[in-house]
Amino acid sequence: MDHRGRYDRVDDMGIRSHMAFDERRYVVEIPHSMKYQMGSCGIAGAINVNGEKIPGSMIETMITTMAERENGLGAGFVCYGLFPDHTDEYCLQFLFDDDDARREVEEFMKDWVEVEWDEKVYTSTNFIRIAPPFPLVRRYFALPKRKSVQFWMQGLDDDDYIVRMVMLINAKIKGAFCVSSGKNMAVFKGSGYARDIAKFYDIFRYSGEMWLSHSRFPTNSPGWWAGAHPISILDWSVCHNGEITSYGVNKKYVEMFGYNCALLTDSETITYLWDLLVRRHGLPVEAAAFSMAPQYYSEIERMGSQERELATRLRMTYKEAFLNGPFSILVGRGDPITMIALADRKKLRPMVVGRADDDSEFYVASEECAIKAVNKDTSTWTPKAGNPVVIKAGEGLVRTGLEPPFQGVV
Amino acid sequence: MSEDELMDQCVVIDADRRDELGHPMGYRELNERIREAVSKGCKNVVLNNVLGQRYIGSTIGVARIEIHGTPGNDLGAFLNGATIEVFGNAQDVTGNTMNAGRIIVHGNAWDITGLAARGGTILIRDDAGYRVGINMKEYEDTKPSLIIGGSVRDYLGEYMAGGSILVLGTGVTEGQSPIGLYIGAGIHGGRLFIRGKVESYQLGAGATITDIAEDDIEELESMISEYELAFGKKIERDWSKFVKIAPQDSRPFKGYYDKTLI
Repeated sequence: MDHRGRYDRVDDMGIRSHMAFDERRYVVEIPHSMKYQMGSCGIAGAINVNGEKIPGSMIETMITTMAERENGLGAGFVCYGLFPDHTDEYCLQFLFDDDDARREVEEFMKDWVEVEWDEKVYTSTNFIRIAPPFPLVRRYFALPKRKSVQFWMQGLDDDDYIVRMVMLINAKIKGAFCVSSGKNMAVFKGSGYARDIAKFYDIFRYSGEMWLSHSRFPTNSPGWWAGAHPISILDWSVCHNGEITSYGVNKKYVEMFGYNCALLTDSETITYLWDLLVRRHGLPVEAAAFSMAPQYYSEIERMGSQERELATRLRMTYKEAFLNGPFSILVGRGDPITMIALADRKKLRPMVVGRADDDSEFYVASEECAIKAVNKDTSTWTPKAGNPVVIKAGEGLVRTGLEPPFQGVV
Repeated sequence: MSEDELMDQCVVIDADRRDELGHPMGYRELNERIREAVSKGCKNVVLNNVLGQRYIGSTIGVARIEIHGTPGNDLGAFLNGATIEVFGNAQDVTGNTMNAGRIIVHGNAWDITGLAARGGTILIRDDAGYRVGINMKEYEDTKPSLIIGGSVRDYLGEYMAGGSILVLGTGVTEGQSPIGLYIGAGIHGGRLFIRGKVESYQLGAGATITDIAEDDIEELESMISEYELAFGKKIERDWSKFVKIAPQDSRPFKGYYDKTLI
């Protein structure tokens, strides 16, 4: 538009438009100034409930179909059921800046765990659009050293012991980051477009019973390798689309239970909250989801007496676990492999669930096109706000996300 | 091909054409090809294997666009008179700020369908998601209408300033409501018609249940016949089952910030 407010051009249909939107000027790639005009994170997940393996190429197709949702500042994948030969050991997968950091971590871990097997994770920098430097990626299959002084001093069970060690490494050792620490699973993440991260780790060589993925459009936290999603602790992993405005309260709450927030992003508190509420406090998934995305008190008033009692107590006990702000999250857990999908209580972020016609596979994604891209024979629905969808390997669809909040709990 | 030949013919675009990475055609290329065809005078565009391409048909004036597959977000944004027919589900933000025309979805349309529509008609055969018809508006003869065959979720017609929304509630279990909570929150114009149960707690601030007048029945009749024509379904016309939701006042928050205005 010129200074008198006139339009630059009138197209063949007589529609006036501004010069900046004349797409013919941008043939090869999206102009830099327009990269930030749209987008938000994309999430996608697929699970096979019959114990068959899903190839990495499928999840890559799902997440890259929604390429408009990312801006190249982070993407990641997590695969469950990845190491059938190492189901008992914790798989600690690290990103290292250099060999010094690697040696320091190895030295640190000597007191804590017995490393049964360690290997370099395959990475390739060919044909990708990510600028160096690239981290070294290495994984260690380890068991807690039960007879060590450290184990005796900590006085924790195996899971809590590993959590403590991971928290210490991430907080104390410069240039090293433990991105996943669960059994029979691993996280592959970094700063780049989803298709480049997929190529960097060559996720096409892996297959597992469940895959979750995330492509990032960071809004108020920096995009960096360790800060990409999925954010994982033990066998929990979380892909998050949205932002947590109650981050300060949630962060303080999880820190009281010994979790250290080192990733500079609001999403990590969600991972720690799931670990805290479900693994450590033993809440059913429905109750944990309700604590994070509770209904309004006006809705609680209309519940039956038992549900009302439970809802009120959850809101009071876990008021600091309430995640305020828009989010849709995909949560993965191992043993049994479980996928949980949850949107905030106002459904301010998109989420679609797909069910393969033969009930063997289930998909969750931000957009329906991601589901249709890998399986056209699916029926799709959107779960209700603040209502978790639960899919378990071996059991199938446990919750559709359309039930009353505490169905099957009270 | 001469222009006359093109007029009679329909242009078929296969959006499944993959790039070297195996990804479907980008939305820029697809929209460019649609616009190119329409600008040459083609009145019928058929898109096959559409997979999440955004902004399909945006600002198009005169044409009929047939979509097979799953169109992406912002389908028919700023639509200016064209007819878009989707054989499949639509995603979010269908008919964003549309001006005129028709969008017909043979399936579901998810969240924020009909956002800030200023005119035209959106017909959804089955269900829709959250915040449907939010901030729709009308001016004189230009009135948007949004017709949903199944059910919708919370925040239907939030901040509505004009236009009509009809929810037919097909497939809803007996005794259940086809709408969610906070219906018409902050509404100050327009009207919503719901076939089925509506409780007063479902209404948002500023909305109220009113009687159906003679003019409304005329409008309902025309909206229902449009739905029947589009999807070949028969809808029972029992006006006693319909509930009308309208604004309490054209300025629902008058005096909210300045108490002296009450």
